Amino acid sequence: MTLASMKRKYEPRKVQLGPDGERIATSAMIASLAAEGYDTIAAPFGEALVEVARTDERIVGLTADLAKYTDLHVFAKAMPERFYQMGMAEALLMSAAAGLAREGFNPFATTYAVFASRRAYDFIAMAVAEENLPVKIVCALPGLTTGYGPSHQATEDLAIFRGLPNMTIVDPCDADDIAGMVPQIAAHDGPVYSRLLRGKVPKVLTRHKPDYRFELGKAQMIREGRDVLVISTGFMTMRALDAAQKLKADNVDVAVLHAPTLKPLDTETVLAEARNGGRLVVTAENHTAVGGLGEAVAATLLTRGVTPQFRMICLPDEFLEAGALPTLHEMYGLSVDKVAERIKGWL
Amino acid sequence: MGEVQGQGYIGQALGVADVLAASFFHALDYRADDPEWEGRDRFLLSIGHYAIALYAALMEAGILPEDELVTYGMDDSRLPMSGMASYTPGMEITGGSLGHGLGIAVGMALGLKRKKNPAFVYNLMSDGELGEGSTWEAVMSGVQHGLDNLICLVDFNNQQADGPTRDALATGKEEAKWAAFGWHAERVDGNDMAAVVEALDAARGTDHPGPRVVIFDTRMCKGVDFLETREITHFVRVEPDEWSKALAVLDAGMPQ
Repeated sequence: MTLASMKRKYEPRKVQLGPDGERIATSAMIASLAAEGYDTIAAPFGEALVEVARTDERIVGLTADLAKYTDLHVFAKAMPERFYQMGMAEALLMSAAAGLAREGFNPFATTYAVFASRRAYDFIAMAVAEENLPVKIVCALPGLTTGYGPSHQATEDLAIFRGLPNMTIVDPCDADDIAGMVPQIAAHDGPVYSRLLRGKVPKVLTRHKPDYRFELGKAQMIREGRDVLVISTGFMTMRALDAAQKLKADNVDVAVLHAPTLKPLDTETVLAEARNGGRLVVTAENHTAVGGLGEAVAATLLTRGVTPQFRMICLPDEFLEAGALPTLHEMYGLSVDKVAERIKGWL
Repeated sequence: MGEVQGQGYIGQALGVADVLAASFFHALDYRADDPEWEGRDRFLLSIGHYAIALYAALMEAGILPEDELVTYGMDDSRLPMSGMASYTPGMEITGGSLGHGLGIAVGMALGLKRKKNPAFVYNLMSDGELGEGSTWEAVMSGVQHGLDNLICLVDFNNQQADGPTRDALATGKEEAKWAAFGWHAERVDGNDMAAVVEALDAARGTDHPGPRVVIFDTRMCKGVDFLETREITHFVRVEPDEWSKALAVLDAGMPQ
């Protein structure tokens, strides 16, 4: 503990109220990610899994006491005989999923991203990834999507799993992405780590691009623009799209390239777009600066000799604060306003 | 195999050889010419460094060709020092990161039940792995899911990397602990062949509605008197001239 943090710890506080005098409380973990002005779909992961499991008999679902919080309860209710409650035991969850995969099943294992990436890593590495088994690890609370503090904020999960050979990594943006992703990762014959938005999940991408369909391994242009190319993943694509609309009013024309598959990264599309038009390139991710999309894109560009102006929007290399999610998104630069403001500042 | 490298986990291998012999030539159902046969009993080696012992059993069983024995631990060998599923026929899982086998066995036992496949899953682990929390997650899970097709074999040689297991994280009464969790549990002398066979039969044949464990007290370097009495270590060193002596002692001890 530093002196500064000791001082902070023992300093009494007063209640902080919002602009209209309201109390700003920490959002519950079960709460959904808010995106203003978009329709939402309830539990898109659970619904999509039930749908694909109707035709793929090999699919089973497992969780470590977090079915309700990962939307797997929808599957558990629809197909109880194919659902395994493994208890609060993440090492077992991953090992048992590996065992089921060895016996020919197609297991979907869910927990929170912090527990998969931190607690169960050795089991995922050796029992699942080294064996290249088709275990699909789908995890809620990715990055900064809860105000509970570092115990539940998986701000480095992508870095951890990017280091793991054989692993395919997906960070879906919205309900459209999740619905499109589930059958594709089910069909993928290898291990997958996917981040998950749960509860009422906004439907964003098809609003901006009606013919958008998730494609595993592909980055897709959602919006064209002359001045800035934002390459984004996860829900930061929502933020980038909304920021682009805001910046339009300032005559800043922002393109948004959505890259939901982190690994393997669609380097061909990233390079083609980064070479195109001398635009400022900005990566945007709900993840620490270390080892996520930004570094993956930077390495892709530099090793190919492509050197546009380059900036990263991401979380700092820190353990983050607890608090209300909108406050934290504002504080750490993931809000629409902050994204727009920073892009404008870089031009 | 040990001679090829000049050293190896031969202490553990000799200690567990009786358990492996009883497993492969009495308890397990498998087809030597079809190691992936769907009806086989699955035998998981959680303790990767015991691979040297399992290779010997797989050769004796006719699953591995005996003439590959001399490649042990060499470049491009199918017999790496730590057992890996992608290298060796008959090797079901990649062990070595200890505390993994029993959890995978739980998943495989669940999978066999889903498929209505009557085969058993055997998981061979070491006493040191009793210190891993993940082992106990799997112990509870085997009972929770009523896995009467799961048999865990624990090699208790009271020896781990830093010294005696009893001095590390083994507080005794292991069989009572497993039984308290709901397992059919037995503890026998793992170098007494009759007792080993009987315990394996009981584990498979019991009408206990859950998983079964046999804890085998074994003696490191069993069968080679001058190594048994040597200061026991995790990684036994044998001088070049001793390999042939050891083989002679083992051969002399074989039942005629």
